[in-house]
Amino acid sequence: MKYLDEYRDSEAAAGYARALARITTRPWTLMEVCGGQTHSIVKFGVDELLPEAVTLVHGPGCPVCVTPLELIEKALEIASRPGVIFCSFGDMLRVPGHAKDLLTVKAEGGDVRIVYSPLDAVAIARQHPDRQVVFFAVGFETTAPANAMAVFQADAQGIDNFSLLVSHVLVPPAMEAILSSSLNRVQGFLAAGHVCTVMGYTEYEPIASKYNVPIVVTGFEPLDLLQGVYLCVKQLEEGRAVVENPYARAVRREGNRPAQDLVRQVFRVVPRKWRGVGEIPRSGLGLQERFGRFDAEARFGVAARAVEEPAECISGLVLQGLKKPHECPAFATRCTPERPLGATMVSSEGACAAYYRYRRMKPVELTHGVPA
Amino acid sequence: MCLAVPGRIISIEDGDPLLRSGRVDFGGVVKRVNLAYVPEARIDDYVLVHVGFAISTVDEVEARQVFRYLQQMGELAELEASEGAP
Amino acid sequence: MASRPDDSDVAGFQCPIPIAQYPRVLLAHGGGGQLMHQLIEKMFVPAFGNQPPEARHDGAVFEIGPGRLAFTTDSFVVRPLFFPGSDIGALAVNGTVNDLAMCGARARFLSVSFILEEGLPMDTLWRIVQSMQRAAAGAHVELITGDTKVVDRGTGDGIFINTAGMGVVAAPRPISPASIQAGDAVIVSGDLGRHGMAIMAVREGLSFESAIESDCAPLVEAVMALLDGGIEVHCLRDLTRGGLASALVEIAEASRQSIAIDEARVPVREDVRAACEILGFDPLYVANEGRFVAFVAQTDAERALDRMRRDPRCPAACLIGRVRDIPTGLVTLTSRIGATRIVEMMSGEQLPRIC
Repeated sequence: MKYLDEYRDSEAAAGYARALARITTRPWTLMEVCGGQTHSIVKFGVDELLPEAVTLVHGPGCPVCVTPLELIEKALEIASRPGVIFCSFGDMLRVPGHAKDLLTVKAEGGDVRIVYSPLDAVAIARQHPDRQVVFFAVGFETTAPANAMAVFQADAQGIDNFSLLVSHVLVPPAMEAILSSSLNRVQGFLAAGHVCTVMGYTEYEPIASKYNVPIVVTGFEPLDLLQGVYLCVKQLEEGRAVVENPYARAVRREGNRPAQDLVRQVFRVVPRKWRGVGEIPRSGLGLQERFGRFDAEARFGVAARAVEEPAECISGLVLQGLKKPHECPAFATRCTPERPLGATMVSSEGACAAYYRYRRMKPVELTHGVPA
Repeated sequence: MCLAVPGRIISIEDGDPLLRSGRVDFGGVVKRVNLAYVPEARIDDYVLVHVGFAISTVDEVEARQVFRYLQQMGELAELEASEGAP
Repeated sequence: MASRPDDSDVAGFQCPIPIAQYPRVLLAHGGGGQLMHQLIEKMFVPAFGNQPPEARHDGAVFEIGPGRLAFTTDSFVVRPLFFPGSDIGALAVNGTVNDLAMCGARARFLSVSFILEEGLPMDTLWRIVQSMQRAAAGAHVELITGDTKVVDRGTGDGIFINTAGMGVVAAPRPISPASIQAGDAVIVSGDLGRHGMAIMAVREGLSFESAIESDCAPLVEAVMALLDGGIEVHCLRDLTRGGLASALVEIAEASRQSIAIDEARVPVREDVRAACEILGFDPLYVANEGRFVAFVAQTDAERALDRMRRDPRCPAACLIGRVRDIPTGLVTLTSRIGATRIVEMMSGEQLPRIC
């Protein structure tokens, strides 16, 4: 596949690994923000190619993981109601609420459907005028334009049996929350490439200078990740702290203007609670008043129910990069993908699940060849 | 976030700009994709697609950047080696 | 019931049950009376083999010849019933034939049990039965006994099929994880992921245009080619639900051996890979219905590949890994960029993801 396979080339990867080893003189701690990047790192084993001195911590770029428990409970409640068709991305289906997840609700008779695009949910609403169709709008800025378009089209086409359960979160406030914590160890960031495709990277420039951290806009393929790490470490070694964009094949400084315009029309910035982290001001998106009737929370009047996280779960610390999954005492013992304690183990790109799936124990030997 | 896959536009249905859609070929699999956010995209252009929406065109020249950079580093290393290690 | 193509062209043969009279399956068709008799006599018996009426009894009596026997059963609940390249009927026959082939046995006789939902279109049943007939002919097996039940509307999902099969073992030594040895070659019979992605292509909400078709096929000839060629086959496993990864993990655990795979060598067609990329799937875990993995003695690897490639079902058989010397019970995979990870069992189905 063009523009994909090239970035998985093993010789180029080895080249970057060697170059990185050459320039690294001290220990550095970097954070990759995006869950998709975590997934790729663990799947391809990118971190194995890094020198010992470079530590990658996995940040809260998993909108599935950071969706607050209260909102999951609301989703479960709405999905259980007769007459409702509850549409969601596959990612959310196994995220546990207090006692169940959306798959359980489906098994109990709820009409829960996986969709690939929010427009598919709008189409379902059009096809079933007698039912209430609710779409679980989870995501970072990357998905906001798609969700905005779904609302915009539903509004324009008078599809009133459609509504959105919104759980949108924004990356820059989360980065600032991490950087302003007194426990922060992160010295450089690999910014989420596809978030920046939509938003551009002007928002990161003040963060880089205020906290004196290099921020490198990074893609998702192994070479992108390796180059991102290389450039970040290079800046740290040279004492620089600016925003750099090697992912220029997809990202421009100003981002995608038409997408931003529609997002601004449909959504406004609101405070949002992040599971495991707490409320961060101006860190989420909510529907503009003009589109308020598409808000599922309002439409269904679901009461907020206080839910407590299992005491053992440290997903909040994992999300902030303060702990690695295998440092959790429950990791792979009391907490597994089959019996998860928190969202980072359930979500397929949650840091704990990624670790569990791809590396539960250290391999016995790291090198082996397959004879021709 | 998030999963976005590159594909080649093989047809475009114009009309209302916000409804602008096209068929995109991903290595032999074709999907209908909303193109409202890439108004400049034309047939045969490559776009990055996330949840059924093209969020960006793929810049052909910039796509080689990661290799050009590696090459430049390689050349530098050779130069350093030939001038003698510090 | 799930929507599916309602194609009334059934390969030239008209449905033997008068559709005008009985367009759908009724509870009475499972009731043991006249309607059930008509279904069996007019549809099932002619399709599955014409035994004389006096030989049709509660059970089938047959001779199977000398040698050790292999026996297996499987139930089929796939949705949708018809998908690109195949259908539940062919699956039900080939699935059982393949399970026997994985024991080194050639399937000879199958039973088939239908659980039909009241309201299933008769035409749909007929198409499935015809497909089973074709699959049985293609695998040289006979369906010699069966059962039919009909359940209330809303309690079945159109149709469930169980097949059980019996065959004679042709392998000179036991084929099982216990026979695997250090150094064994790990060979896969062809490109992976077609079946799972063919089904994904037609699921509501995820549909895309593609030429991906299920690889549903009988594997018995390819296996027999290995055995007839005197290849020292240690273990065979057909790759169904859970894909190559799940099969290897199970085998590694059962045999306590270490299996090392080179990801770059695992064959996946470009369009299947593209479909996986779009949905966020790992092809290693995607279902197949016409692929198997073989563990053969190191010294026989080349000959095994040669034999397999001569069979029209697996022209693209290839070596993807080895059994390592130090037994750990784990499967390790070297990624395209040369790093190693442990392959785990997946918990539950892969779900399309956006992140």
